[in-house]
Amino acid sequence: MAIFLTENSKVIVQGMTGSEGTKHTARMLKSGTNIVGGVNPRKAGTKVEIEGQSLPVFATVAEAIAETGADVSVIFVPPKFAKDAVLEAIDAEIGLAVVITEGIPVHDTAYFWAHAVATGNKTRIVGPNCPGLISPGKSNAGIIPADITGPGKIGLVSKSGTLTYQMMYELRDIGFSSAVGIGGDPIIGTTHIDALAAFEADPETELIVMIGEIGGDAEERAAAYIQANVTKPVVGYVAGFTAPEGKTMGHAGAIVSGSAGTAQAKKEALEAAGVKVGKTPSETAALARELYQARG
Amino acid sequence: MDLYEYQAKDLFAAHGVPVLPGDVASTPEEARAIAERLAQTVVIKAQVKTGGRGKAGGVKLADDPAGAQEKAEAILGLDIKGHITRKVLVTVASDIAEEYYFSFLLDRTNRTFLAMASAEGGMEIEQLAVERPEALAKVPVDAIKGVDLATAKEIAAQAKIPAAVADQAAEVIVKLWETFVAEDATLVEVNPLVRDPQDKIIALDGKVTLDENAGFRHPAHADLVDQEAEDPLEAAAKAKDLNYVKLDGQVGIIGNGAGLVMSTLDVVAYAGEKHKGVKPANFLDIGGGASAEVMANGLHIILGDPDVKSVFVNVFGGITACDAVANGIVSALGILGDEATKPLVVRLDGNNVEEGRRILAEANHPLVTVVDTMDNAADKAAELAAAGV
Repeated sequence: MAIFLTENSKVIVQGMTGSEGTKHTARMLKSGTNIVGGVNPRKAGTKVEIEGQSLPVFATVAEAIAETGADVSVIFVPPKFAKDAVLEAIDAEIGLAVVITEGIPVHDTAYFWAHAVATGNKTRIVGPNCPGLISPGKSNAGIIPADITGPGKIGLVSKSGTLTYQMMYELRDIGFSSAVGIGGDPIIGTTHIDALAAFEADPETELIVMIGEIGGDAEERAAAYIQANVTKPVVGYVAGFTAPEGKTMGHAGAIVSGSAGTAQAKKEALEAAGVKVGKTPSETAALARELYQARG
Repeated sequence: MDLYEYQAKDLFAAHGVPVLPGDVASTPEEARAIAERLAQTVVIKAQVKTGGRGKAGGVKLADDPAGAQEKAEAILGLDIKGHITRKVLVTVASDIAEEYYFSFLLDRTNRTFLAMASAEGGMEIEQLAVERPEALAKVPVDAIKGVDLATAKEIAAQAKIPAAVADQAAEVIVKLWETFVAEDATLVEVNPLVRDPQDKIIALDGKVTLDENAGFRHPAHADLVDQEAEDPLEAAAKAKDLNYVKLDGQVGIIGNGAGLVMSTLDVVAYAGEKHKGVKPANFLDIGGGASAEVMANGLHIILGDPDVKSVFVNVFGGITACDAVANGIVSALGILGDEATKPLVVRLDGNNVEEGRRILAEANHPLVTVVDTMDNAADKAAELAAAGV
């Protein structure tokens, strides 16, 4: 099974002909992703050779869907043009739009999110400012290195890219059903809760690891959701205990303002919901391993 | 980026939000000149990016230019919650009939914007929200539809703004929304928004936070950065496009990816508990790439921090393989030469890690210690920092 992304996913890349787009299209192809084309109105009708494959370039997402049956778009378009690219994906009603782009103004994200809601949430948005998601052995939509680990029974959801990789590496002997990097911006499409709900429903996932960081109250809300709705074991990690108030820690959303958004509050909320929370990534991985081995 | 009050009011004025005339001064003499120009009772306000200025003695009235100079002299240099006052706003003093509260902000939870308004302004909003939550109207704003006059009237009504000035307040609310959108702000706050005895609505204070990601749309926003108040190391890092935040510890930190670096700070702080309480000296994310040049730039900044006693380089080789990162570290040390004087603890994991560790072992640099795990490496870095304290 896996969540959001499966072996049947047909993937297009918006911004495929740019340098980042080309590089990561090659990596996605290498890891077995079924990429069926790219979108760039200025190069529409041409073909691009990547990893020995000849990929068609379409003028629009709608045209790419009509021609190929694509149901996933990975977006590498630069911040300036990202809003229009996501709006186009939403209007074409693609099933999943993975927005890798870092540095999109939050007014633009708020706008395309409002548009997605107003048009009936036909497109699941992951990101922006995220590494994307991988269902190891099946498909890889984004920039998560596919060679860290293979398929397995752990579901992972994380705000941070490198902590996703780190956790996959620590638990590489067990493997993952899916790992979803939801991104570190103040407004994101898919949330911890969305991924938790999907992992709970996914028969292949037996244990869930959730990685959060300072800023906002997404982890607190996820904790309440876990308490009410998740029966599978969940292990948590929160980064940013030592972050001072009012300083943005790399991610636009990672900022403690007043008493809101602290790592301590998030940890306490998760623990109150019965989630085991590690102090460090390694300790979190150890907790996950313990629970995995003890599962019925 | 948080703005000073005077900068916020400049933006307000540019978008038609009513503010009182005034200007900013860096010296008592400038303050006097502004007061002479305004030719009426003025208020001198410390320009610091924190609340509680009034209580700290950072806001004073002056009846004449000589008084303005004297008050400015007292306020300039004042330490308000760790913020040194370098500028004062000299502005016309207003008679106040009533004080209201108004803000537009990002509502992360609902993934949209929020208007917050109250007819009971003046006090700290956090206090109002706790003590009189029913007096604070919170109205979600659709990011596409925005705030037109009808919506603004609805917000004013929910905030219980008196009928006599409600329409005028609504017009100001529309202008504040225009400021919020046109400037790509994530916060626009007016506390207090006042009604003067002539029933005129005026923004008496202003707090604006701008979205730095939107800088490409606003070249003029770069001028709003207060170079003087910036930490010199942070300014140097910014010039090299590095994501650096100065902290007050002794262990310099370099890592790739914001989440991993935040996590590294925590792990170092835990390790420090066993080593004289040493703490992380900075946040520095060199991004996914971690090339030799970026590594050298990062090390250069960190080694320039006199508080740093040891450096912890924590890299997970994902997109970039560990051998490339190891080569980056070796060439960075080559580039830095004698400038590299502090012990470096390196932890590499992930893609091609064996080759990466082999490269570092072969280089055998006297300052470099390679440790296998993040937790053990943090411990080593803390130990070395403690030895240097």
